[in-house]
Amino acid sequence: MYGNDFSAPADAPDDPPGGGLLGEVEAAEADLRAAAARERRGGPAPDEDLAAYFADVVGAEQKIEPRDWMPEAYRRTLIRQIAQHAHSEIIGMQPEGNWISRAPSLKRKAILLAKVQDEAGHGLYLYAAAETLGISRDELVQLLLDGKQKYSSIFNYPTLTWADVGAIGWLVDGAAIVNQVPLCRCSYGPYARAMIRVCKEESFHQRQGYEILHTLAHGTPAQQAMAQDSVDRWWYPSLAMFGPPDGDSTHSAQSMAWKIKRFSNDDLRQRFVDMCVGQAEVLGLRIPDDDLRWNEERQAYDYTQPDYDELMRVISGNGPCNRERMAHRRAAHADGAWVREAAAAYAAKRAQNREKVAA
Amino acid sequence: MNGPFDFALGLGDDALVAAQRLAEWTTRAPEMEEDIALANIALDQLGAARLLLSYAGELEGAGRDEDALAYLRDDREFRNALVVELPNGDFAVTMAKLFFLAAYQLPLYTALAGCSDERLAAIGAKARKESAYHLDHGALWVKRLGDGTEESHRRMQSAVDEVWPYTHELFTADPAAPVDPASLRPAFDETVDPVLAEATLTRPQSAWAPAGGRTGVHTEHLSYLLAEMQVLHRAHPGATW
Repeated sequence: MYGNDFSAPADAPDDPPGGGLLGEVEAAEADLRAAAARERRGGPAPDEDLAAYFADVVGAEQKIEPRDWMPEAYRRTLIRQIAQHAHSEIIGMQPEGNWISRAPSLKRKAILLAKVQDEAGHGLYLYAAAETLGISRDELVQLLLDGKQKYSSIFNYPTLTWADVGAIGWLVDGAAIVNQVPLCRCSYGPYARAMIRVCKEESFHQRQGYEILHTLAHGTPAQQAMAQDSVDRWWYPSLAMFGPPDGDSTHSAQSMAWKIKRFSNDDLRQRFVDMCVGQAEVLGLRIPDDDLRWNEERQAYDYTQPDYDELMRVISGNGPCNRERMAHRRAAHADGAWVREAAAAYAAKRAQNREKVAA
Repeated sequence: MNGPFDFALGLGDDALVAAQRLAEWTTRAPEMEEDIALANIALDQLGAARLLLSYAGELEGAGRDEDALAYLRDDREFRNALVVELPNGDFAVTMAKLFFLAAYQLPLYTALAGCSDERLAAIGAKARKESAYHLDHGALWVKRLGDGTEESHRRMQSAVDEVWPYTHELFTADPAAPVDPASLRPAFDETVDPVLAEATLTRPQSAWAPAGGRTGVHTEHLSYLLAEMQVLHRAHPGATW
């Protein structure tokens, strides 16, 4: 939801969702292996300027690893971005988790449980990646709970019907993948590797969401209406996931220079729109934008921009569910404190016993 | 119970209702790792439930599949033991329920794996591996909480006291069943006693043994659980999802 970059052209409209993107993940993984196999120049020479050395490594498409010197601002930017990404996975469990107990078939319930479990796993990979930059998960979680770090704006919208679970898979995970596939080539090695794993699982999630909507859109009239209503509500919040328009994006230029991101918010948003139009046709659902039309000259779809004032309101804490999402996470953390304390006390006792036995 | 249909249905309902309760923890667990573990165990229970209910539906021969059995029966028709429908309570209550359930399911599925009904044997063979993991996880937390802090000890003992009476129903004799639940009691005791001892917990002595789940006479909790679980499915009769 934060960084971006992509290389291949947009999926043909009749491609299965995520198909082309998954190919890009695999290409990024192959390049990562190739880069690791290439002779990497050793550390900087004794009198070499560290900043020049860093720029050299990044310029050569080699990965920066935790042991390497890096500009302090690069470290801080990555900590912020990776942590917000991790927080998004954890908070993002809530809107979908809302439907586990009511999933309409046992198969769908199982798929949804597995998906939410994957998201917790993604959160853990990402916190681990952030920890390589010299900050602890506990500190990052505290920053989230204190409202000092953010998570993706999209999770502040409510899941009102079962179809929303499908729309989240298709649109929200779809947007996340478009944003994240380029991060598989991010200059920071631990983040790039985490993203490869995350993107592979996300593409399954997107496919499942698409399948939920497809089933609903081809079901009873009530199911069709439910599917359309969810697309109507999730379309613009999903477009807003790519962040403010390029002119207003504060972190873009520097992140691009560092090869954390390579494509602008608007480029990625366009790619997402172009990808969704054909998919919506196959689904038999309407994208709620009267001005959506193919532009022959640009070879891309013209579309109506999301309401960025609304995005800013949501980001600053006044979306429909911001308070609820944070209250839920704080409550889980507070309610679990005695359990974590017990685990620590038990581990300490065991360690003490082992010492006694050893002595 | 009488016959393989009721047997499979009872075990399937145990697993389904246990899954529903465990899944309630998703996004609420004390640690992120535990969110994953509880969702994982819920998923295993749900998987076993689907196999058992599908088979029960076939045995019945009335055309009911797993979803018809899960979503279109009322609480009076459910056959799960009461222990799985009890509310989650705090983390200690959930771990007490998980530990006791796994200590029953592991010998149950192990015995099932060797029974003459091929389908039940196959389900048992798959599910026992998962139960071994559930048991390990539950036992570890019972020990951590029992022998952790004063507060966690108090809560774990109270949870064991609360859940213990409901475990007796799991072992109600049924000599006609593919595996007589009464035969599983010694294995359960052999598992449970040392863990409670290591956790510095006292095994309850209460003689109270509530039962009724296997004949569809449940606690007041099940109806609410089913109302939530079934609401969407029932709102769209005949729809596919």
